Amino acid sequence: MTTSNSLISGTGISVHSDGKVLLDNVSISVSSGEIVTVIGPNGGGKTTLLKALLGLRTITSGKVQRANDLNIGYVPQKLSIDRTLPLSVHRLMTLTGTYSKAEIIAALEETGVDHKLHDTIHTLSGGEMQRVLLARALIRKPELLVLDEPVQGVDYIGEISLYQLIESIRGKYRCGILLVSHDLHMVMRASNRVICLNTHVCCSGQPTHVEQSPDYQRLFGTKGLQTMAPYGHRHGHFPENGEPHDHIHEEACDHHHHDEKKESHHAG
Amino acid sequence: MLDDFFMRAMIGGVGIALVSGPLGCFIVWRRMAYFGDTMSHAALLGIALSLMLNLMPFWGVFSISIVIALALYGLEKLDRLSSDTLLGILSHASLAIGLIALSFMTWLRVDVMSLLFGDILSINKGDLTLIWSGGAIVLLLLFFNWRTLLASTVSHDIAAAEGMPIKRANLIFILLIALVIAVAMKLIGALLITSLLIIPAAAARQFARSPESMALLAALAACCSTILGLNISLVWDSNPGPSIVLGAFLIFLISLAMAPIVRSFRKN
Repeated sequence: MTTSNSLISGTGISVHSDGKVLLDNVSISVSSGEIVTVIGPNGGGKTTLLKALLGLRTITSGKVQRANDLNIGYVPQKLSIDRTLPLSVHRLMTLTGTYSKAEIIAALEETGVDHKLHDTIHTLSGGEMQRVLLARALIRKPELLVLDEPVQGVDYIGEISLYQLIESIRGKYRCGILLVSHDLHMVMRASNRVICLNTHVCCSGQPTHVEQSPDYQRLFGTKGLQTMAPYGHRHGHFPENGEPHDHIHEEACDHHHHDEKKESHHAG
Repeated sequence: MLDDFFMRAMIGGVGIALVSGPLGCFIVWRRMAYFGDTMSHAALLGIALSLMLNLMPFWGVFSISIVIALALYGLEKLDRLSSDTLLGILSHASLAIGLIALSFMTWLRVDVMSLLFGDILSINKGDLTLIWSGGAIVLLLLFFNWRTLLASTVSHDIAAAEGMPIKRANLIFILLIALVIAVAMKLIGALLITSLLIIPAAAARQFARSPESMALLAALAACCSTILGLNISLVWDSNPGPSIVLGAFLIFLISLAMAPIVRSFRKN
């Protein structure tokens, strides 16, 4: 999938640590305007892959290529900031660059947390913090936005709106988005490509294609069905979202696939 | 009437305080208090080394602190021991080796007490030049690397992913700690140096609302600590090194008592 106009690409990346293989011959690329999602089980090497691509950790073999002077906005999984550091949202926004107050407010408005401008970051909830971090990455007008488990610690309603936000960002900024998630169905519908990672690339391609692949079903098959049921159920409680129940099923998985999965599960 | 040696002690002490306050903030924010302790305990080893090689104590202390810091970075990659344990090992090992090495040098009459707790009343004009020029270098380096140091304190991964020169900044940071320890060694001694880094920063935290204001307040608190401590030692005829630490502790207690008052004042 490596193309000449990709923002960032990794070819045949392997990472070994302490005699353990964390990543084995993984290739990935992200181009402008596309959302690439990496999913996989815990310990499958998702964060390791992000860090290898971003140059945050050394790779054992393979190649990472970034476009010249690529402007990256990075939203990490979690920040652990010591309470002795007095840091307001306003100050956090100018962490890696200088921006006017108007720009800062505009970026925070975009992610819906402009009212937190003067709050200290130590009093923010998990979801508010993610939105602030997203705004902080967006203010850079990044060509590539990298999000590591953006909905971690966010409640269910927050999760939906956060993903809607990420989708709208792609439309508005025309940037490439590289997303890591353990959560399948929320992510699926927005992604252009999904890479299913369990140390090696199990399967990759368009979301619908990946979901039908036997490798994916082996990894997520039964678990996927379990998590899907409550999702569908809870969707019904939020009429302001239109009819997301049907919507999700249309795009991410139709009932036919359920049956297929069950069958393959029985067969296996 | 102030004697001349007391005036020199005051000027030297304030010179150290202006630097130790802001630098101490970073040590506190990065949860590196124990790290600073380890580097300063190694200073004793540095003194022994410079006596052996007939060097200026400054260079012995400066280089040994850096060696210990780099050794820590190297050993941390071992993964099998937590950095806390490693610090405990290196901190006390270097202190013990330093004391043993000094006890072997029977041809020299070394006052171990003054090495451990400082001898601020004996500083001469050469020491003052060293303190103020060394201090100026530290403050300049801190100023020009402020954004990178702060960004990597908040999130090493964000700063690195967004292209800030993290490695350089971290090396400079270690260099600055080593420089301050080497300069402050004579004033306050190997065992007490870190107190002048940490206690003023903790006092400043009570009132600070941004990293920058905390650094300035910490410099102020450290100056007050030094002046208060030296006056305590003058009145009580106590050892000046511990008296300065006592001064810092009193300033910290005052800051704790005043914090609620200042906060309610700000609200209205």
